[in-house]
Amino acid sequence: MAAVVEFQQVSYTPPGQARQVLRNLSLTLESGETVVLLGRSGSGKTTALKLVNGLLFPTSGHVLVEGKSTREWDPVALKRRIGYVIQEAGLFPHFTVSRNIALPPRLNGWAPEKIQARTVEMLRTVGLEDYADRYPRQLSGGQRQRAGVGRALAAEPALLLLDEPFGALDPVTRLALQREFLKLKKTALFVTHDIREALQLGARVALLHQGDLAVVASPASFQQSQHPEARAFLEVLQSVG
Amino acid sequence: MWADLAREALSLTLEHLFLVVISVLLAALIAIPSAIALTRRERWQRPIVGLVNILQTIPSLALFGFLIPLPFLGGIGKRTAIIALVLYALLPILRNTLVGITGIDASVRESAVAMGMTPMQILREVELPLAAPSIFAGLRVAMVTTIGTAAIAAAIGAGGLGVFIFRGIASVDNAQILAGAVPAALMAIAADEGFSWIERKLSPP
Repeated sequence: MAAVVEFQQVSYTPPGQARQVLRNLSLTLESGETVVLLGRSGSGKTTALKLVNGLLFPTSGHVLVEGKSTREWDPVALKRRIGYVIQEAGLFPHFTVSRNIALPPRLNGWAPEKIQARTVEMLRTVGLEDYADRYPRQLSGGQRQRAGVGRALAAEPALLLLDEPFGALDPVTRLALQREFLKLKKTALFVTHDIREALQLGARVALLHQGDLAVVASPASFQQSQHPEARAFLEVLQSVG
Repeated sequence: MWADLAREALSLTLEHLFLVVISVLLAALIAIPSAIALTRRERWQRPIVGLVNILQTIPSLALFGFLIPLPFLGGIGKRTAIIALVLYALLPILRNTLVGITGIDASVRESAVAMGMTPMQILREVELPLAAPSIFAGLRVAMVTTIGTAAIAAAIGAGGLGVFIFRGIASVDNAQILAGAVPAALMAIAADEGFSWIERKLSPP
């Protein structure tokens, strides 16, 4: 299996600040695999994600995407290779659902008939066939998130980055979307602060604690981890029952 | 006599409309690109908006007075009036364009960048369409206030409906004053309604 993303000794300090948000992160994401970045607020997990699609660049170390450092990638080309889903969905409010989903293929210069076919296909994948001509404001939170996932997948990206995509949803909708996400089987980096979600969706779980990578493990061995931060998260799981 | 008044009213109304449309158009051509540039240079926003704000506080009659003695720009007539009217119309357009663009949801902007849209594509497909209702609200305010201020431009020989008003005041003739004021008021109402309609059309559902 080829590494799609490779963090090599990556540190990141925001401009004008003294505090390192990430320290010496080394982590590899293989093709077809979902790695979940788990951590509290401020642990550096969102920063790690933004280092992959070139929204941020490492202060030291390298992030390789398909074997090439993000600094060597053309910034626009890199972003167009990668699907990105955020908690607020970030749909364009003045575009209909289908126009939102059609945007990445259009940016990638696809032919109009191919865009059209792909949009219909994606609407079906995320279960929004009947909402193609609605505007984001006319959708429920869950539907907006589906549309966001549909848009991220539309241009057949090599990689999906998801930043707490289901964080703002009610638990029932969230469970449904998590199950659908598992069916997608995409190469993905998934950021969450929800231990349950991490164990369900990740082939591996990478726990970040104050900028350090504390644990990387499969869900089964993560549950055996003795690391204090891992125990703290696992305790949450037990308290819910 | 009424026929003469009506004919003069028509020609002064057209002259007034000309002053207003030229001034607001020029102001828009300056203010909209400036506002777009300012969204890329946050440090400049406060000083520039502050400066334009100060222009707005100068009483219009005083501004006309200041401009008259200036070489090239000043003098008696339409050019001086248009310069003053442009200066007044800048603020609402500049401010509304700025607010319209900077007010766009951060998540929308972030996903536009993350999808690999170029700054030009973001401007054309995201920023301008989403700011359009706000920009047109600025144009509406600029139109309505310019219609009012342009009436004063007659004092420096720029023509327009102010001619009637000043003449009416000087000769204590209410008919003349109304012949100037009523068309100006109607013009302001029409501009207000027209631009409000465009604003509504451009707002996403």
